[in-house]
Amino acid sequence: MVAKPQWAGGKTTVSKEEVFARVRAALRGKKSSTPAPETYTRNGSLGAEERLRLLEERLHEYDARVFRCSEGDLSKQIAKVLVSNGKSRMVHPSGLPAQWLDAQISWTSDSEDTTEQLSFAQIEAFDGVLTGATVAVAESGSIVLQHGPKEGRRALTLLPDYHLCLIFGNQVVETLPECFDRLRPSATRPTTFISGPSATADIEMTRIKGVHGPRYLDVIIVG
Amino acid sequence: MSLITLDPRKAEPFPIAAAELLQDTQLRRNVAHATDVIQRKRAALVAEKADWQALRSAGAATRREALLHLDSYLEQFEKQITAAGGHVHWASDGDEARRIVIGLLRDAQAKDVIKIKSMTTAEIDLNPALEADGVHVFETDLAELILQLGADQPSHIIAPALHKNRHQVRELFAREMHLPDLTDDPPALTDAARRYLREKFLKVDAAICGANFLVAETGSICIVESEGNGRMCLTLPDTLISIAGIEKVIPRFSDLEVLLQTLPRAATGERMNPYNSVWTGVTPGDGPQNLHVVLLDNGRSELLAEDMTRQTLQCIRCAACLNACPVYRQTGGHAYGSVYSGPIGAILTPQLHRMEYAQSLPYASSLCGACYEVCPVKINIPEVLVYLRSRIVEKNKGKLGSIFNQERIGMKMMARIFLSHDRFENAQRVARVLEKPFVGRDGWVHKLPGLAGQWTAGRDLQALPAQTFREWWRSRNGREERPR
Amino acid sequence: MRISLFITCYNDTLFPGTGKAVVSLLERLGHIIDFPLEQTCCGQMHFNTGYRREAYPLAKRFVASFQDAEAVCIPSSSCVAMIRDYYPEIARENGDQQFATDVSSLLPRVFELTELLTDRLRLEDVGASFPHRVTYHASCHGLRSLHLGDKPLRLLRKVRGIDLVELENSDRCCGFGGTFAVKNAAVSTAMLDEKLGAVLSTNAEVCTACDNSCLMHIQGRLHRENSPVRTMHIVEILASEIESSGAAR
Repeated sequence: MVAKPQWAGGKTTVSKEEVFARVRAALRGKKSSTPAPETYTRNGSLGAEERLRLLEERLHEYDARVFRCSEGDLSKQIAKVLVSNGKSRMVHPSGLPAQWLDAQISWTSDSEDTTEQLSFAQIEAFDGVLTGATVAVAESGSIVLQHGPKEGRRALTLLPDYHLCLIFGNQVVETLPECFDRLRPSATRPTTFISGPSATADIEMTRIKGVHGPRYLDVIIVG
Repeated sequence: MSLITLDPRKAEPFPIAAAELLQDTQLRRNVAHATDVIQRKRAALVAEKADWQALRSAGAATRREALLHLDSYLEQFEKQITAAGGHVHWASDGDEARRIVIGLLRDAQAKDVIKIKSMTTAEIDLNPALEADGVHVFETDLAELILQLGADQPSHIIAPALHKNRHQVRELFAREMHLPDLTDDPPALTDAARRYLREKFLKVDAAICGANFLVAETGSICIVESEGNGRMCLTLPDTLISIAGIEKVIPRFSDLEVLLQTLPRAATGERMNPYNSVWTGVTPGDGPQNLHVVLLDNGRSELLAEDMTRQTLQCIRCAACLNACPVYRQTGGHAYGSVYSGPIGAILTPQLHRMEYAQSLPYASSLCGACYEVCPVKINIPEVLVYLRSRIVEKNKGKLGSIFNQERIGMKMMARIFLSHDRFENAQRVARVLEKPFVGRDGWVHKLPGLAGQWTAGRDLQALPAQTFREWWRSRNGREERPR
Repeated sequence: MRISLFITCYNDTLFPGTGKAVVSLLERLGHIIDFPLEQTCCGQMHFNTGYRREAYPLAKRFVASFQDAEAVCIPSSSCVAMIRDYYPEIARENGDQQFATDVSSLLPRVFELTELLTDRLRLEDVGASFPHRVTYHASCHGLRSLHLGDKPLRLLRKVRGIDLVELENSDRCCGFGGTFAVKNAAVSTAMLDEKLGAVLSTNAEVCTACDNSCLMHIQGRLHRENSPVRTMHIVEILASEIESSGAAR
């Protein structure tokens, strides 16, 4: 058993010197060889429509429902999906355009002002959350949020049990390297990759969906 | 709550631990089933990925580069994350890491902490140290929750409770969560865990996590997970402490485009795991405002010096090697007496202990090479195993009366014999004579003395043929072939 | 051509029949066999058990014995793997530039038996006849170090009368692993039992492979379990002709 440790407090600069001294000593004189050129696939080969279909297929594999509509029909489509799901009270990030928010649904915006944000309990009480996204990867069916004004802070897409996510056609790429090209300019933003609802296979390797995080995911592909 | 520690300094040697665990047929069934499932899924996804080998090479190159310049990448990481509002601490060993974490929790006045599964925290035995300081730790991964409630130890890197089946889990949850009517179907069990943990996520204000990757270029941390408990711990509390081995550093943000393709496929047989979180320091109004990273050495720096051993640190903790290993398949992870089990454990554990402990682990392998074949960052585990065996032999030179000494005498004798074809032929003749008393009427040997008795415990051995090949060759060709 | 045979220390002592089959087969195919008598062991046992220093002179001895060979035939994929994968490493570790040169000069001329037949002699049909039910176990070194692929199976498929049945999980280790079989006997036997289960469920009369080490292991358990199933090195099947039905073990 460990004896009750004494907290010495303060910065651990001594250890940093020690660790670095060991690392540097170990690496002294080691040369790296010139790396061979990378040959993994960076760019996709699918056309735009094929790409969207692949994304849809992958999302279906996760039991996400997928809808397609034009930008003009967006608010109607959103309302239709929510009503069909029995969702009437939705929360959303402050940056969503008002014209997306149909009057049939009761909408509450999370505040931009960090001192006036909804509490966790309040967020949980909604039927679901509506957001946009930054990029989607067709190959793996992944949706990537960088939690900007149209995506909201991370807790907003974590606590509700239902997430309706809007993805625009021009936000869809085929491969993960293409996705990282899109993310790199804002690489230091908090970034969340969502590839299906949460799952565990910890009991006999039987995959069970929906442990924590939204158990239900709907996606509308726009355009 | 005291847990049995997988302590390499105290664990039984692998052959003994394994022989005991082989008796547990339930365990063997669970392990075989679990590893079969992941292996099948992994194989299917690898087959569909035309550039899989190129990705392995790229991943290996990235990890190699990171390790060769570890000092500059660590410095860059610290600088970047500090500029973004994070705090970096350095720990030479597990003891120091524990003291730092305890101190940080005291500063935050945290009496409870929620935790994401982290091999590194298990390596340094963090939980008992926190409990001893009056901090209650809540494991939030379903598997870790199972282990915690059952006072058990992980037996696999990715699926730590894979040695438990649904009935065992049901029993545990029913008892510990006070749910007598709980059924044993996995959805019901998972739902029970969801409810039990939800309360903790919303209340507890400090969290501990590990790190899958630390990005030097941006100062970001990447956490790869499936259940969503990671996102809960990384987002809801105000204080977040990440503990990571120094080898977790990767040079660039874009390196993730390779590793996030290979890790999920290798680890769980998925194109992508449900959730990946990448974040840099502190974001006002979004997530923990008090972020600390504890960078841990604990023996890793020693592995950097030699090319042969440095590759051990390339590991991205996917556990594909465990799933592929025919030895692990029979024994499960506990036999290795370390939180790192399977092939990677067999090379990492003894090295972290400077080859003083866990000496039986490099021998816990038939050198079949299945691990190397599946490793997404191309660690040549068989090569390292064989190398570590030579380090152990060197280290044990001159230890009188040890098993190594008997083996050493035998090996030296055989080496001498092999250095002369006359001595070799002589030895062949002598062996035929010495064997005679042990040969049964059926022309087979059923029981041998000493170390060789380990063979005959389960197998017969055909008697040495009356004529060796070279004796036959000579009789066929006369003695024309003169040795040079 | 003149083919030099490296029989391997354990084949020489325990499985001379394999060597005889190599000679018989290659002579039947019109080649001359050369057997340098000073050969002993490639050093694998020492190297793999951790006695790297002792393996060095054995490696040098092997290279010296065969350095003028036109082609070296080795009926043991683990020995070929040792030579191919680790001799360059041994040269490097010992700073032996001469040995490194000798190794790289010899390596292209070293062949595991099935490699010799398919790659060097460009044959798949070697004129064999073996009308029995046979299953093939893929020895680990042959599979993963030598990347033999389906070479052994292509050769077996051309054997007249053979009833070749696929072995489930043929690529899973049988549990021999050299000294592993003794140092970790319990696990080795557990792995062996799984392999045996797969072999027995094929109802094959014969289990074959490119390595007698695996076969000795499998046969040892088969015999202990009083099974009539026998093991045969692949070359013994390939050497079999219309008249005979192959050497019984």
